[in-house]
Amino acid sequence: MKVFRNLLDAIKPNFERGGKLEKLYPAYDAFETFLFVPDHTTKKGTHIKDAIDLKRTMFMVIVALIPCVLFGMWNVGYQYSIASGESMTFIKQFNFGFWKFLPLIIVSYAVGLAVEFAFAVLRGHQVNEGYLVTGMLIPLTMPIDVPLWMLAISVIFAVVIGKEVFGGTGMNILNPALTARAFLFFAYPSWMSGDKVWVQNASVDGYSGATILGDLASSMNWQSLSGQWSMSDMFFGTVPGSVGETSMVAIILGALILLFTGVGSWRIILSTFIGGYFMAYLFNLWGYNELMSTPAHIHLMIGSFAFGAVFMATDPVTASQTNKGKYIYGFLIGVFAILIRTFNPAYPEGMMLAILLMNIFAPLIDHYIVLANVNKRLKRATV
Amino acid sequence: MSQKKEALFSKKNKKLITDPLDDNNPITVQVLGICSALAITVQLKPAVVMSFSVLFVLSVANVVVSLLRKFIPSRIRIIVFLVVIATLVILVDEVLKAYVFDVSKELSVFVGLIITNCIIMGRLEAFALGNTPWKSFLDGIGNSFGYAWILIVVAFFRELLGSGTFYGYPVLEKLGIYNFGYENNGMMILPPMALVTVGLIIWVQRIRNKKLIEPK
Repeated sequence: MKVFRNLLDAIKPNFERGGKLEKLYPAYDAFETFLFVPDHTTKKGTHIKDAIDLKRTMFMVIVALIPCVLFGMWNVGYQYSIASGESMTFIKQFNFGFWKFLPLIIVSYAVGLAVEFAFAVLRGHQVNEGYLVTGMLIPLTMPIDVPLWMLAISVIFAVVIGKEVFGGTGMNILNPALTARAFLFFAYPSWMSGDKVWVQNASVDGYSGATILGDLASSMNWQSLSGQWSMSDMFFGTVPGSVGETSMVAIILGALILLFTGVGSWRIILSTFIGGYFMAYLFNLWGYNELMSTPAHIHLMIGSFAFGAVFMATDPVTASQTNKGKYIYGFLIGVFAILIRTFNPAYPEGMMLAILLMNIFAPLIDHYIVLANVNKRLKRATV
Repeated sequence: MSQKKEALFSKKNKKLITDPLDDNNPITVQVLGICSALAITVQLKPAVVMSFSVLFVLSVANVVVSLLRKFIPSRIRIIVFLVVIATLVILVDEVLKAYVFDVSKELSVFVGLIITNCIIMGRLEAFALGNTPWKSFLDGIGNSFGYAWILIVVAFFRELLGSGTFYGYPVLEKLGIYNFGYENNGMMILPPMALVTVGLIIWVQRIRNKKLIEPK
């Protein structure tokens, strides 16, 4: 640690006002505050301070994502070994997935941070840490086979159009990670849907690597599918899908970390699941197509429902801010996710679209919650 | 009344043409005519044809309304505008059908919808009603060029990135880019990307032209 401190102190004068590299101060600042707790003090008055700042908050989310990442890596190898018929040891499967998944993470971070740094330097503000989480979420929502240049383009799109045009971290309307995924989904649909992309080299031997949702959307019968994938498969996540989304166990672990540290909102997570269950249950009673007659509790386990509810919907920037608003916001995400899933087989991944839609409505919900409170209190006023 | 005769291309008149190209662009600054900018910019050819149609309709309508400006009762002026525009649009539509039928089919309803193009109505109301025919003509030309270049730039990018062609010619295929694993971006064909592209143009324009940035 001493080494870094000395190094930073040695080059600091170059970046300070009047120094040679004054313009690059935001970049320097980013590295310094990333490595060390900033020693900035408040100039005026008394402030109550908490040791947790944006960087530490974001770091907790990364920690919460670790189970998903590790499991996702193993699952990539496991799915591959099933598809190719090659017998692999546990370690080998993990290794295989690790080397497949690593490039996605590297590209996501390298491209995203490059854009962030460029904007910070151009605008002369601090580099925000928002991308630390986004950069991890993006590869987790991708199919393992996605070409790296497509990933890079969608990352650029997400950071520039989804975030920087609104003013950077904390100002964005849409969740940047989902913006990247939605961009890729609409721009290169053949890489983001169908039965070939979810498993590495799925084209071998006509093996179908469709996700469970994909199968259901193509009116495959629920009963016949449950022969292929058991409940525990879905719960533990040994099914094809985007890298991070398959395992309920890993997601629940992540959710516990988020809730325990208070970083994620339990209101949103809970109400999202309730909304999804409610809608799926209603559809069970109707039972018009295969997706509708799929049991409600299964709906919550397949696709990216759980992953979205825990890691995407709870994004503090784009979610509702008021407590009551969070219930409404989460509930509607659940409802819309199931609604889109069942009614439009072309978009089996309804969760992504549902969260993006509710991101847009979140400020409106907050507005009316605040307004209602104002009115309620006005009535109490005697004067 | 001894009014000094103004030269045909005085500085003021020239400004009528150059202003709408940048400082007062109908699409990027006044934000008019967005609907057609979204609808017909998937490919270059319809965009070019559309630009010419608007050029004709706007400049002629401006002149006609300017000539009639002293006779139009202000209470029914919108109806008069509509009659003038509709007549011209039908002319354009018939000509397109006769000479470039395939493009006409592609543009389909959007030729008819030139009538509702806000730029035309806006210029008639804001300019032609109070200015001489010559000035109105220049204003019409300027605004249609301002409209046209945005349309064409947007269409250029959407066609190139979305379908990999340039004016129907498969450039990217001839360049052999697909062999490297490149694929067309399906999102560019969807209307939202037209909006994003226009937004990016506005962004670039404002970086160049500081006058457009509103004071805080």
